[in-house]
Amino acid sequence: MMSTLWQRSERARSVALVLIASIALWEAAVRLLEVRKFILPAPSAIVVDLWREPAYFVQQTAYTLGTTALGFALAVALGLALAVAIVHSRFLDRTLYTFLVVLNSIPKVALAPLFVIWLGTGIEPKVAIAVMIAIFSIVIDAVLGLRSVDPEALNLARVSRARPWAVLVKIRLPNALPYIFSGMKVAISFALVGAIVGEFVAGEVGLGSVILQAQSTFDTTRAFAAILLLGVMGTVLFFLVELAERWMLPWHVSQRAEATGHHV
Amino acid sequence: MMSTSATALRRQDHAMSQTTDAAAYVRMADVGMTYASARGAFTALDGIDLDLRRGEFLSLLGPSGCGKSTLLKCVAGLERCTAGRIDILGRPMDGPPEGLGVVFQRDILLDWRTILDNVLLTAEFQRRDLKALRPRAQALLARFGLDGFENRHPWELSGGMRQRAAICRALLVDPDLLLMDEPFGALDAMTRDDLNVELARLWQDTRKTVLFITHSITEAVFLSDRVVMLSRNPGRIVEVIDIDLPRPRPLRIRETPEFGRYTARIRHRFAELGVLKEE
Repeated sequence: MMSTLWQRSERARSVALVLIASIALWEAAVRLLEVRKFILPAPSAIVVDLWREPAYFVQQTAYTLGTTALGFALAVALGLALAVAIVHSRFLDRTLYTFLVVLNSIPKVALAPLFVIWLGTGIEPKVAIAVMIAIFSIVIDAVLGLRSVDPEALNLARVSRARPWAVLVKIRLPNALPYIFSGMKVAISFALVGAIVGEFVAGEVGLGSVILQAQSTFDTTRAFAAILLLGVMGTVLFFLVELAERWMLPWHVSQRAEATGHHV
Repeated sequence: MMSTSATALRRQDHAMSQTTDAAAYVRMADVGMTYASARGAFTALDGIDLDLRRGEFLSLLGPSGCGKSTLLKCVAGLERCTAGRIDILGRPMDGPPEGLGVVFQRDILLDWRTILDNVLLTAEFQRRDLKALRPRAQALLARFGLDGFENRHPWELSGGMRQRAAICRALLVDPDLLLMDEPFGALDAMTRDDLNVELARLWQDTRKTVLFITHSITEAVFLSDRVVMLSRNPGRIVEVIDIDLPRPRPLRIRETPEFGRYTARIRHRFAELGVLKEE
């Protein structure tokens, strides 16, 4: 029992080992080479900074997390609606899809200041930027998923005189779910990028503005503390989406071995 | 007394066969199908005159590319023929007819549904009472040897079991007309024999009107009341052969001389057409 647990945690152990080694190397290098604090702080200094003001960091993290989650949720809802519309209308396919491709080729960070003009300096422009950056991968993958349906399955629906809505809900959407999830895994990271960009251009709250304020006072340690929190947040969010995928797609090829256990 | 009732019966019998002839389930009149392509027009079907009688098992037999699947798609309402007309129960075809069950060459089971839910799919599409149909689905699955697999997923089953489930799905809504497009084409020979026997037995019990497509001469003769031979380029009817073999037909009927005469006759005819080589 213990040995199987030991074997199963092999990946986690190697990750931990590499992580600890790199941090140790970083700490040693900073100390031995006497690197100045505003160039590169030691890992221990970052932890101390976090430790001193936990309430402050929790508040900033919560704000950025809220913006990211809201942006992501809106991107998924809107993206799916757009994908369904694009798949069901030749006109929207030609117009909306092309428009989205054009939109995506503009560096969206360039549009961020406009959102501040339009939506003010509250949470709205940040959510809007997060949605704008995250939505594209959802739409592209969802359209692909909704389209890549077995034509024979659609024939089966037709000879059963199925309504379009039933075809969408019972065949197209479940078939597209694996694609939608791979789009969502990209989108969750993009939503976080959008939230930070939003905080960079307009913000007094959030980890993005923490970094900006730290920069103006050469408080590199604080900037690193915020970056560390962002890294943890991004990783956790990504794995949450993956968890949801595993839970919703036990039937998919990529999940089968784990779902059935004995079928390898 | 005896003789009059017998005559009456015979007369009634005769009358019935007359009406069934007149009211063919599917009437194909001069049906043709021509596709426009970059390299000019391609005629897949030409001048098909055929009645599918109510309650008969009719096979379309021909080499690949003879348009037999196209013809089935036209009867299913999936494609519109470019010449002639198709009437269903005396009325011109207008999209997929009601009371239709289709079994495709591939089983098209949905991976995310259990076998039972896959069998219920057509019924869901037709917005039928699923609660009432569930026991029927269970019974059908049991009949096809799939009891105990209701809650499995398609990818846990063998090809033969999957196709059995697909047949159950088509039968669940109790269709009057069953269209089968080479349903056993992708199965191994032994599984195919099994399913032939099961299908023959099922037809015997239900007497559904079946249009069956195959390129196996043995399969066509074993299952059918009539076999329609089709030629290739363009697909035309070569001959319609009545199969007067007794039913129920056990698998070993295939070893009888009568059975052999049918298959030999069909094979010779295809050889004359250059579809099959005899040497």
